[in-house]
Amino acid sequence: MPETSGSPLPEPIPITLKINGSSHSIEVRPWSTLLDVLRDHIHLTDTKIGCDHGQCGACTILLNGQRINSCLSLAVMHNGDEITTIGGIADCENLHPLQQAFIKHDALQCGYCTPGQICSAIGLVSEGHAKSREDIRELMSGNLCRCGAYTNIVDAIEEVMRSESSTT
Amino acid sequence: MRPFKYNRPLDLATASNAGTSGSFIAGGTNLLDLMKCDVEQPSQLVDLNHLGLGSISETADGGLELGALATNTTTAYHPIVQERYPILSRAILAGASPQLRNKATNGGNLLQRTRCPYFFDTDSPCNKRVPGSGCPAKEGYSKLHAILGASDSCIATHPSDMCVALRALDATIRVSGPHGERRIEFADFHRLPGDQPEIETSLEKGEVITAILLPADGFADNFAYFKVRERASYAFALVSVAAVARLEGNQLKEGRVALGGVAAKPWRDLEAESLLCDQPCNAETFGNFADALLQSAKTYPGNRFKVPMARAAIVRALSEATHLNQL
Repeated sequence: MPETSGSPLPEPIPITLKINGSSHSIEVRPWSTLLDVLRDHIHLTDTKIGCDHGQCGACTILLNGQRINSCLSLAVMHNGDEITTIGGIADCENLHPLQQAFIKHDALQCGYCTPGQICSAIGLVSEGHAKSREDIRELMSGNLCRCGAYTNIVDAIEEVMRSESSTT
Repeated sequence: MRPFKYNRPLDLATASNAGTSGSFIAGGTNLLDLMKCDVEQPSQLVDLNHLGLGSISETADGGLELGALATNTTTAYHPIVQERYPILSRAILAGASPQLRNKATNGGNLLQRTRCPYFFDTDSPCNKRVPGSGCPAKEGYSKLHAILGASDSCIATHPSDMCVALRALDATIRVSGPHGERRIEFADFHRLPGDQPEIETSLEKGEVITAILLPADGFADNFAYFKVRERASYAFALVSVAAVARLEGNQLKEGRVALGGVAAKPWRDLEAESLLCDQPCNAETFGNFADALLQSAKTYPGNRFKVPMARAAIVRALSEATHLNQL
């Protein structure tokens, strides 16, 4: 709960977010971040809270298709926007190619950073700026892995990146 | 975060007016972090995202206008920026992470606050956060701190990479406020700390940055952005150098060098730059220039390394900008 300063709290503001294909109409206080809303209001805890300051990337989501840190975004500023979390990337029973590649390449240990890593990697692949392993390392630098699974993460992303570029 | 009111103006005049009593928010990647740390405590946030300031377009004088609300990502990968102002693209992509650049805006990049840890730590004195309370950085952790243009009050640095390139390109900032529109030369936009480190820019209350104007010449053939930091990516500069040059054969006609990570603003020394006029391109020319620029450097126990580091970085950036090794 935020501290109160004596004056009445601003009224909650109604917003609608489309999250993983479903529309959610909710009321939020101005200071609720997208991360707060996902986890505490809509109870989608698949997006992880790490540093809460934009330094670790654990909270990465796709906002209108672009990867962002949900901890540094106010929900009230995103009325009508489309959000995809790790829970929304699989096609029914079929895992997303990056989920499959992370399993195949053993690209995780504790797994806490993985939702953010995979959402970030989806953004990286769709942006199309990475051409090499070096580029992947540079363009994944916003996602930390304290277990140090970086080499396998790059392997997984590289495989999907190469297969996407050969099919398009 | 402490409670605040949220305001979403749809025109500049309303935004300016609201901005006299609240804080503007665009991408929010720096402001929200500072609010979580209780460094910033705005009673009202004024959301600038509905003012239509997100476009990038060519100007009548052959330059380029970067909308204040265009994101750092959009700007860095814009085809005209990449082709004609590659130093700007390079500098933007040297900063932050892809996630942050997708949110962070051009106007907000200019208004980033320092990364001095004493500024972020509300238990610590800091003249910038609480004027008159003191500056522990001078005797404490000063690795990220200034060696040029600092004062007894404050030795903080400006953290932007983008601004270092904008200073080398001689950009202009267009602002709109309660008293109308005006333009501010990039050199005059950020202030040195003096005895008022809490005042960081020449913006007046209620003024909104609407655009960054780039002049026609982007030095696309002779440029370098070289950044030294403690890890290979996603770290603030210890020292960064934006260098651009105009050449005639092996003769340097003009050289401009802006430094990041060493002062409260992107640092340029026009007097020292005269040493780059009509000189041969070689390590001696570049070294003499670097020595002149760094002559007034003042170091602290934690950042003495920055003088030789800056000297080496300047020589390297000028060598790259003038293709010295390929001559």
